[in-house]
Amino acid sequence: MSEPMAVNGDMAIAMAWKQINPDVVAAYPITPQTIIVEAYSDFVADGLVDTEYVCAESEHSALSICVGSSAAGARVATATASAGLAFMWEMLYVSASMRTPIVMAVANRTLSGPINIHCDHSDAMGGRDSGWLQIFGENVQEAYDNTLMAFRIAENMKVRLPIMTCLDGFIITHALERFELLEDEKVKAFVGPYQPLRPLLDVKTPTTYGPIAMPEYYYEIKYQIVTAMMNAMDVARQVMAEFAELTGRKYDLVEGYRTEDAEYLMVAMGSTAGTVRFVVDQLRAQGKKVGAVKVRLFRPFPADDMAKFLKGKKAVAVLDRAMSPGTGAPLYMDVLESASRMKDAPTISNYVYGLGGRDIMPGQLSTVFEEIMAGKGERVNYLGVRL
Amino acid sequence: MADNGSGSLAAGGMITEAGSSKKYKTGEWRSERPEVDKEKCTNCLTCWIYCPDNSIIVENEKMVGFKYTHCKGCGICANQCPVKAITMKEEGVE
Repeated sequence: MSEPMAVNGDMAIAMAWKQINPDVVAAYPITPQTIIVEAYSDFVADGLVDTEYVCAESEHSALSICVGSSAAGARVATATASAGLAFMWEMLYVSASMRTPIVMAVANRTLSGPINIHCDHSDAMGGRDSGWLQIFGENVQEAYDNTLMAFRIAENMKVRLPIMTCLDGFIITHALERFELLEDEKVKAFVGPYQPLRPLLDVKTPTTYGPIAMPEYYYEIKYQIVTAMMNAMDVARQVMAEFAELTGRKYDLVEGYRTEDAEYLMVAMGSTAGTVRFVVDQLRAQGKKVGAVKVRLFRPFPADDMAKFLKGKKAVAVLDRAMSPGTGAPLYMDVLESASRMKDAPTISNYVYGLGGRDIMPGQLSTVFEEIMAGKGERVNYLGVRL
Repeated sequence: MADNGSGSLAAGGMITEAGSSKKYKTGEWRSERPEVDKEKCTNCLTCWIYCPDNSIIVENEKMVGFKYTHCKGCGICANQCPVKAITMKEEGVE
């Protein structure tokens, strides 16, 4: 293991890509992702990687270039955030349906408007139903580790779907943290060489990518994504087990903290998961039976894993750093779905928080725990908003 | 599993065979079919010149019928026929 160093999350991702050396990176810079592609373009200019780096004129073009490159047989990475991800929206669905295993860092930033550059998950949630795999990291180390694992999960022949490696904008992308870089050779051995599936440039096996599918075939081709998503669950589990052997860092699709004898749980994703564990420790010191659950893999959603954590609990608060005006927020809906066939399911409440980069404080989370322990609170709550 | 089921189709619906568009029978889109009255037809081949889908069958320089596997029933042949030998009939009606 190399010496620990201090880097920010964006740089950690650029360093992961540098070790993997993808064939093509096509991107358009956008805050808070810019450091990734800026640093990576330096690596290219300095001859440290032999990636074909394409400066696109927009995010729609950037992802289109990625789709074409991937179909041609290249290993591909890109990065975006917020409005950039929204501008890719059409190509998100195309890339998933064409089964191009592109790895895309998403520096989670809110969507306009009002225009705002800070963190929430509303950008990634826009791609929730596109057929992209989505993995969320809690800190700089996880942003790096998730990136290494993402290539393996996405490129697995049973999966072949694009993946978003999500990290909270500014909170992870720009904050310096202690970080351990794996050795280059270990990364190369773990990720392995890219195996293309019928690459367009192989003239001996002519292939048409992305043909039209009329009503007789469209549904079946979309259903392939459902199958691939289900396969991705086991593949991710296996990749995480291998990663743990390599690094000693144990990850799971959904991770529990002090949940065994807990009666009340708080579910979160991204950097807030650390704050939740901090609050759990505080309340545990007061004798409260509380626990934390962190969702790492959001798509596919590990409903069975989540259900195991929910079983037997009294009440659960689901924190969403995104909103769905008029109904519950995305993570809440998935947690509810996980409990839908459960006898005596816990009372599950939704707490929307931290929109547009609003800080979430431990005291607020303690209040949420107190609220669910008292059987209070609405189905959907908007934490900290001034009414 | 059906041979056109989700699991048996190539990933993403990719086409793995060159020239397979020949197998795509676009004639299914047709709602009206052209029919020719060979008593009136003079084999001038105006229909063959105008057909946008190459669906007029010609043998020995004579117009002998339509390739219904690809004719989409646009009616251009019937419209252009100088002797009104081609008429459009509704599909599914005898």
